[in-house]
Amino acid sequence: MMKQLALSTALGALFAGAGYAQGIDVKLGVLNDRSGVYADLSGEGSVVAARMAVEDFKAADKGLNVEIISADHQNKPDIGAGIARQWYDEAGVNAILDVPTSSVALAVADITAEKNGVLIDSGAGSTALTREQCRPTTVHWTYDTAALANGTGAAMTNAGGKKWFFLTADYAFGHSLEENTAKVVEANGGQVVGTVNVPFPATDFSSFLLQAQGSGADVIGLANAGGDTVNAIKQASEFGITQAGQKLAALLFFVTDVHALGAQTAQGLSLTEAFYWDQNDATRAWSKRFMDIHGAQPTMVQAGVYSGTMAYLAAVEALGSATDGKAIVAQMKKAEIDDPLFGKVSVRGDGRAIHDMYLFEVKTPEQSQGEWDLYNQISTISGADAFLPMLPECDFTKQ
Amino acid sequence: MFELLGIPPQVLLGQLLLGLINGSFYAVLSLGLAVIFGLLNIINFAHGALYMAGAFVGWMLLNYLGIGYWPALILAPLIVGAFGIVLERTMLSRLYHLDHLYGLLLTFGLALIIQGLFRNYYGISGLPYQIPALLSGGQNLGFMFLPNYRAWVVVASVLVCFGTWFVIEKTRLGAYLRAATENPALVGAFGINVPLLVMLTYGFGVALAGFAGVLAAPIYSVNPNMGADLIIVVFAVVVIGGMGSIMGAIVTGYMLGLIEGLTRVFYPEGSAVVIFVIMAIVLLIKPEGLFGRTA
Repeated sequence: MMKQLALSTALGALFAGAGYAQGIDVKLGVLNDRSGVYADLSGEGSVVAARMAVEDFKAADKGLNVEIISADHQNKPDIGAGIARQWYDEAGVNAILDVPTSSVALAVADITAEKNGVLIDSGAGSTALTREQCRPTTVHWTYDTAALANGTGAAMTNAGGKKWFFLTADYAFGHSLEENTAKVVEANGGQVVGTVNVPFPATDFSSFLLQAQGSGADVIGLANAGGDTVNAIKQASEFGITQAGQKLAALLFFVTDVHALGAQTAQGLSLTEAFYWDQNDATRAWSKRFMDIHGAQPTMVQAGVYSGTMAYLAAVEALGSATDGKAIVAQMKKAEIDDPLFGKVSVRGDGRAIHDMYLFEVKTPEQSQGEWDLYNQISTISGADAFLPMLPECDFTKQ
Repeated sequence: MFELLGIPPQVLLGQLLLGLINGSFYAVLSLGLAVIFGLLNIINFAHGALYMAGAFVGWMLLNYLGIGYWPALILAPLIVGAFGIVLERTMLSRLYHLDHLYGLLLTFGLALIIQGLFRNYYGISGLPYQIPALLSGGQNLGFMFLPNYRAWVVVASVLVCFGTWFVIEKTRLGAYLRAATENPALVGAFGINVPLLVMLTYGFGVALAGFAGVLAAPIYSVNPNMGADLIIVVFAVVVIGGMGSIMGAIVTGYMLGLIEGLTRVFYPEGSAVVIFVIMAIVLLIKPEGLFGRTA
């Protein structure tokens, strides 16, 4: 009896070993905010999206043994960097996904380059990922602050909102978003009539909103995110600012934020996203599966994790190995990607994924058919117009 | 028309009024903290979480039971207060004979657990809550547009603050309460049920937090972190007013709201720290706080 057991165990181990030897081991780490302000727009939803990508890629049939792990970086660069290092050094992670919060993303991008891993960033907004701090192992998938500015900033200026007043969250992200948008506003013939730096995070925006109102601006640009933006919009409506004709531009706003505000308060708001669940049959079908697992509609960040993972797995399959991060990213840059959620995507030499962005307007309560029926699509911004041109020194295909 | 440091008076008046509105929230919240600290000697770090719970209970009453804002303004504080009483009976009452630090640690831990639970079930983005129809719209005061709801916030807060101060400082019940904290054994010997008194006091302090939560729901983002963002400021208010001083908490709450409002005009970047700068100065000059009785 014991002998038989020992024999079958040994045989089992042999076969298992043989099975692994034939396949390619791929370990993916989803590193994002699982408990703080970005937990709803990335968080567990991004892990769900990554799992769906592995399933849809039919990784197991193609000989890829994909394992997904996840961790909470708490929006702190030191914690994020520590996890990334430990993942590459000890856990055998091949690629890190998502990483919202620009400061954390930039730290992880450096470690990834040092360890020759792969960073496919979906959640962070800083353009520095593919500019000042571009790395051959970084792919920036979903959006960046320049694309948001080009979308919302240009559209609102061209629609007659020539005078802008910014409420800026007083830290690196807010200032960068304001700067990007101000450039776009001025390039389109608008002007910035004032700015107020709001301490982060803030609960009460009424003082700042009244300053904006007094400035006589056509548009109040909200260069902040998450709960700050929700509070500002809620209070602008309360103080009759939107009703009096001044428009609000939410420069970084996600479908989960609009859902939190409700169509009643958010109606008429313009915003730019790379993905919305109700765009076409493919996005609806995918989002329905996502909703069934996760209980909320996907944000563009979560959709981006899915698409980025699909593209990554295709590159690993083409190379037959997941060990050389630089080679995998180079392969991704060669590929012509036709993604079910993002359409035609190409990854540029600097790691910037180029795809269409969309300008949306939040529906009125009368138009909205359900709690997640929130956007009307206004226009499509082509990838070439949305993203900044590539810096020559960041073109890693030429190096 | 005179100008003060380049700011037109209309703007200044508007900002002062806004400061008063914010001060209303500070006053109600710091009042609850002061009642609990003054009478129970508990530093209630769970106060912010219970304020958040008040806003969420308001939302739940509306969305699960169809109970609107006005009944919620009474019901939500009662529910949060009852929850507070359970906390007091099962946990806090065991700590009264220990150092303040234990109460602080326990309530801090409770705050984290309560916030975590709400985050788990409702996410972090927050939930919508509309201004009640009766109070939507606003008045044009000439120098600013005052939403009716904000005016109501000031009125409600003044009424609650005055009522609380009156009960504690001017009635027989308040006298029992103050006596019971001074010397529980002696008051007990007169046949007054001291543990019941203490339990109800904690419940009341917590209900004040719940009340502020419902008051805040229509104008601030209803999310699990809303209390955590506010509670540190409120603690600073209590320290400036003098730990445990009822009148101190109320007056300082309104006063700091005004100062913060002015800072937002003259130096917006500093508006998040101005309260803490004042706290540091007060601690240096008058460590027992502006209205503190003893150091």
